[in-house]
Amino acid sequence: MERLQVIEAKGTERLKRGFARMVKGGVIMDVTNAEQARIAEEAGAVSVMALHKVPADIRKAGGVARMAPIEKIQEIMDAVTIPVMAKVRIGHVAEARVLEALSVDMIDESEVLTPADPFFHIDKREFNVPFVCGARNLGEAVRRIWEGSAMIRTKGEAGTGNIVEAVRHVRLVADNIRLIQRMTDEQVYAVAEKFAEPYLRLARQIREISGLPEQVLENEPVYGHYTYREIVDGLYKILLEIKKLGRLPVVNFAAGGVATPTDAALMMGMGMDGVFVGSGIFKSSNPEKMARAIVEAVNHWDEPDVIAEISKEIGEPMKGLEIEELEVRLEERGV
Amino acid sequence: MLKVGVIGVQGAVSEHIEAVKRAFERLGVEGQAFWLRRPEQLNAIDAIILPGGESTTISRLMQRNGLFEPVRKLGGEGLPIMGTCAGLILLAKEVEGAVEGQRFLGLLDVRVNRNAYGRQVDSFEAPLKLSFSDEPFPGVFIRAPKIVELLGDKVKPIAWHGDEVVGVEQGNIMGLAFHPELTEDVRLHEHFLRKAL
Repeated sequence: MERLQVIEAKGTERLKRGFARMVKGGVIMDVTNAEQARIAEEAGAVSVMALHKVPADIRKAGGVARMAPIEKIQEIMDAVTIPVMAKVRIGHVAEARVLEALSVDMIDESEVLTPADPFFHIDKREFNVPFVCGARNLGEAVRRIWEGSAMIRTKGEAGTGNIVEAVRHVRLVADNIRLIQRMTDEQVYAVAEKFAEPYLRLARQIREISGLPEQVLENEPVYGHYTYREIVDGLYKILLEIKKLGRLPVVNFAAGGVATPTDAALMMGMGMDGVFVGSGIFKSSNPEKMARAIVEAVNHWDEPDVIAEISKEIGEPMKGLEIEELEVRLEERGV
Repeated sequence: MLKVGVIGVQGAVSEHIEAVKRAFERLGVEGQAFWLRRPEQLNAIDAIILPGGESTTISRLMQRNGLFEPVRKLGGEGLPIMGTCAGLILLAKEVEGAVEGQRFLGLLDVRVNRNAYGRQVDSFEAPLKLSFSDEPFPGVFIRAPKIVELLGDKVKPIAWHGDEVVGVEQGNIMGLAFHPELTEDVRLHEHFLRKAL
């Protein structure tokens, strides 16, 4: 047999986005130890998210929420064969490097943890490991995709067991996409300029705080080594792809507030590719049953008779919180 | 009219449907590709694809929604079935690194090792050699399984990464460790669909 020269490539965009495609139609569950990870795997989770505390407890505990302890993440990686994801603080490049060195399968640059960088997110193109990021609207989604995010999720309002904010985010993204589809390419370019503004605004803020002139020069970088124009061009390309596809070019999951099988079905019916569940499972009265029920609900989202059957005898869902009464709004972190 | 169902419980389902549609065009055949989620959809079907995803999840959900046994029976009776990545694991007779209690269809005489290449950071792209074409094929390996042994001589290699076998066929059954559905190249989908023509 003639020998074919074997050239390997790692960390390509195709591999990163491809990994996210393999979890479609699945449920990704937050876990804080090996035992919870095994419950999640047994229930049919496609992946687990390793973190220090589930969002409801992060909310209660207050203080700075950071990347989970390394030994806990390792314990979870050793306990299951499904992929393991873990969260880092927004902009915390060093935490992300450590998780990449640990060979975590995906990194969630998450607003649920206390942000590390008050201005910018991580330039995810500089990593081989794929990232997922939260977004409340199309602008946030497009910015994260341009920065290299291989997957997008709604932010929702984590730790509340209240689906209202996730619904809001899905609606905003979907409506914005429909709007983009009706626009001319010139109008889409103007949207790209609008969506690039936060980078410019944050760069100006830095200058202002430092007592420098606010004016950003044409050839001056505003994010990493990218100038404002380069960012606009990058966002424009992504928007044109969205216009053509009628959806985000990466996998899009629901997160933040999913607490019942019907919550999961609602999200799938609104066009989500899958669901993240955090406190919803381990704050319910019977985590095993709730986990299994949510997995099946994602699979059968368009069969109400099946969902009815699934929803029987699953115990009490988590109590849940009213959004207006919250002291801390996690979704507002990171634009 | 060729009817191809992609097992649609979890994973890269729409990607396979798109690839099958492109393959239909290139072969010049009338065909239909659809999400296969319920046992009653197995009536009058010409071929089945088991997509990539999480083999543990797909296996569990197929058992719960009643697809597992009928698909195994149809495969045994000669219906063309192709599995990619997780799908290859589901088709294999022997699986190393399986989760306790995980069930497999056992239609392909191979032993595979789940996640043998390592974790996502070890995922890679590499050109492959095919048995039926001179042009290299773009191989996309994502947390891929390894074919560690061919069990008997009924099973034939059809794709190599260097000296390693990464794709096999055994009559009506085809198993690939990689993801042709993530590329524009549909030669492997065409090769599979010819089994159903």
